[in-house]
Amino acid sequence: MTDTPAIAIAEPVEALRRAQQGKSYWKRVWERLRRDKVTLAMAAILIALLTMVIFAPWFTAHDPYQGSVLRRLKPIGFPGHWLGTDEVGRDLWSRMVYGGRLSLLAGVMPVFLALLVGGFLGILAGYAGGLVNSAIMRLADVLYAFPSILLAIAITGILGAGLKNTILALTIAFVPPLVRISEAVTTQARHLDFVEAARASGAGTMRILQYHILSNVLGPTLVYATSLISIGIILAAGLSFLGLGVTPPNAEWGLMLNNLRQALWVDPVICALPGVMIFITSMCFNLLSDGLRQAMDVRL
Amino acid sequence: MRPLLAVDGLTKHFPLRGGLLNRTKAVVQAVDDVSFEVGAGETLGIVGESGCGKSTTARLLMHLVPLDHGTIAFDGKAVGAGAGLSRRDLHRQMQMVFQDSYASLNPRLPVAMSIAFGPLVHGLAKSASLARARDLLQAVGLDPMLFANRYPHELSGGQRQRINVARALALEPRLVILDEAVSALDKSIEAQVLNLLIDIKEQFDLTYIFISHDLNVVRFISDRVLVMYLGKVVELGPVDRIYREPRHPYTKALLSAMPSMDPRRRTMDAPLSGDPPNPINPPSGCRFRTRCPFAEAVCADVPPTLTMGHDGRAVACHMLVSGSGHRRA
Amino acid sequence: MWAYIVRRLLYAVPILLGVSMLVFALIHLAPGDVVDLLVPPEVPKEIADSLRARFALDQAVYIQYFAWLGRLLVGDLGISFFTNRPVADELFSALGNTLMLALPAALLGFSLGVVLGALAAFNRGTWLDKAFSATAITGVSLPHYWVGIVLVAIFSVILNVLPAQGMGGSGFPTSWEQARHLILPVVTLSLIPMGVISRLVRANVLEILSHEFVGTLHAKGLLSRRVLYHVMKNAAPSALALMGLQFGYLLGGSILVETVFNWPGSGGLMNLAIFRRDVPVLSATILVLATIFVVINILVDVLQALIDARMRR
Repeated sequence: MTDTPAIAIAEPVEALRRAQQGKSYWKRVWERLRRDKVTLAMAAILIALLTMVIFAPWFTAHDPYQGSVLRRLKPIGFPGHWLGTDEVGRDLWSRMVYGGRLSLLAGVMPVFLALLVGGFLGILAGYAGGLVNSAIMRLADVLYAFPSILLAIAITGILGAGLKNTILALTIAFVPPLVRISEAVTTQARHLDFVEAARASGAGTMRILQYHILSNVLGPTLVYATSLISIGIILAAGLSFLGLGVTPPNAEWGLMLNNLRQALWVDPVICALPGVMIFITSMCFNLLSDGLRQAMDVRL
Repeated sequence: MRPLLAVDGLTKHFPLRGGLLNRTKAVVQAVDDVSFEVGAGETLGIVGESGCGKSTTARLLMHLVPLDHGTIAFDGKAVGAGAGLSRRDLHRQMQMVFQDSYASLNPRLPVAMSIAFGPLVHGLAKSASLARARDLLQAVGLDPMLFANRYPHELSGGQRQRINVARALALEPRLVILDEAVSALDKSIEAQVLNLLIDIKEQFDLTYIFISHDLNVVRFISDRVLVMYLGKVVELGPVDRIYREPRHPYTKALLSAMPSMDPRRRTMDAPLSGDPPNPINPPSGCRFRTRCPFAEAVCADVPPTLTMGHDGRAVACHMLVSGSGHRRA
Repeated sequence: MWAYIVRRLLYAVPILLGVSMLVFALIHLAPGDVVDLLVPPEVPKEIADSLRARFALDQAVYIQYFAWLGRLLVGDLGISFFTNRPVADELFSALGNTLMLALPAALLGFSLGVVLGALAAFNRGTWLDKAFSATAITGVSLPHYWVGIVLVAIFSVILNVLPAQGMGGSGFPTSWEQARHLILPVVTLSLIPMGVISRLVRANVLEILSHEFVGTLHAKGLLSRRVLYHVMKNAAPSALALMGLQFGYLLGGSILVETVFNWPGSGGLMNLAIFRRDVPVLSATILVLATIFVVINILVDVLQALIDARMRR
């Protein structure tokens, strides 16, 4: 053991140095997520689902709009249609895969839009306080006076069915809870010393919002929003089920559920299938959201 | 010598709302007609019990809370809209370190970013701001290699308070207000941070306003001290003289409540009596009169003014003003 | 405390006004003039105009609003476009039918929810608790209307033991035959409250158990009745509050289940109204259901304030 080459020491020293540097909060969250097997499995399923849905033509053999009356309601395992056919003779598997496009869109898009609108309004209300706060929160309260499904039905029932109105209705239904949560976090953060210290540094409102408020609001709001996605998917399908959402002949899980309902007496199993998709998708998002919440609950 | 900071007639009343329509039910007279000066390079200590208005005064000086009345002049220039110094410029000259070391730092930002935020906001490029942050970390005794990217929850109280000091220095101020900056720390850490503050003061040529309820600490670090009671200044003067020879009855009582280390010098003066009054409804005249053993009729009728004596000491008490009507005057 | 209660009650007024304005705005934004829906296009203009006047469609918006509001406050919910009968009559009988589902569903869901949640909490960590968590997650992800369909598939189609839809006769069930119609819808409707309540009860009980008693419980192995009573008493207030809210959801959000079972309740009425573009019926139903929801919310808040005050004493 004469002299240890400098390179041999450099590595562990470097590793130690890196370990002593604080890890970014989001990096920590990511690491915890990676170790959570359930969440990873859910993410994998969802990614697989998304791939199938986007690249639908690659995964299906039939046109989802083409049906033959001769082939109505064929059972599972029927040659050529492995999940059978629907009441108009269209291949059920194709309908389900293509239907995933609209179901997912109608379920996820509103949450995304509501996050933008609700988050913005909530931060505005929380930071501005006073009259602005009152005005925004009272408006949110009026919307809160409706159970979500009722609000969605009110909007689509009166304004008309269709994908656009469905997304609009669900967005409006989801804005109030997101406003509430971002307002609550903003109001709490606003009174903390570090915001006062930031103001004492001469920072204007925009900078404070950007550096101090946003980073603290994003966490809880994002977690809540992801938990809303599973509800969004169920509600979007529910609206289509009532005839208020996506219109025929488009494929969509809720709509299919309604159409097949009449044929329940002929083949009960087939008619339940679209619901399975709704259930699986919603469950994946739920578990994903739970995993995200646990990962973000890093002891601060 | 022109004082670095001149404060005159500072007043702040907080309305209390409640009831059915959220009407103003009462008013908290937090700070009332407070005037003092701070010379360049000195440390002015401000002492008083909880609720006497020390922290509110600090926030008024920093313009974190709007004033009701009074003027603040920094280096001769009045602070206010249009007049001399804008709020933004004032913040470049005067900064503050808060009491709660944890709540003062954004839990989602690495500490170097928290320090660099001030210069960044005032126009310095991000890389330059972070470089300055690293230098300041060094100056407060924390190795930038180890600490720059840490998060507040990964640091101890003493370390966090050093970060807060570094942050206050980031804008290169001339005056730093320390609002109970060491009160929440363990005694040994407190001593370290105090020594750091003294070193920094010399290194960066600073002026301090040191607010605390801990009389020993104030004595250690201050040149002059200002005693507040229920929103008013009751005594002001060089620290050693006031501690050895307090003139205002409240100062006397405050100092007599300090345990003495010397068995030969046991405290003999009358302790504080009576209930601590409410800042919502302060007593008329002299606010201390309800607990003062020497209170008389004149004390209830006329509020005493802070009169500056020839020896650089000021007291607000009728007993020391001849002709006030007090029998002891 | 009384100030809070009064303020809460007074606050309901602007909320309800806001709700009415929202519904009115929606009606007004509806595409197409309602008259165009009623009459064929060949009708001469004078008749169409007189119809418009009859429905007060020719006046300014805010006048229409106040006229509409005024009628609402005296109980005139309008006339159905389709049946030409007053909406109020149809609506209140429909509400009665919904109540016939909602009350049993609430009872079933709440009681099962409390029992399951408490069981899971007291047996924390065991397979029972894990099964509970799995069921809870499943329950929240299930579209309850789909569960209804599955239940119909199993019990009506395959097993043929229960009726698939309808009420089997109007009014309160007087025979077992009629009562059979209630079973599947009530079970379906009870799922969501059961899931929500059980999760809350479990969380609350766990929290209370973590305070004291844990050591005692483990030592004793059994639950003494006193401990059980204490735990439930403390878990009760927030659980009761949530139950109130869930009942509101049951009343206002029953449309999906009612559609599955063709139940002629308020949901079924809304369904018909949507299908027939019967705007008065639809808007009145929405308004009434929202109002009921707001009232329930206020009652829950007030009761909670009262219970809180009592418990603190």
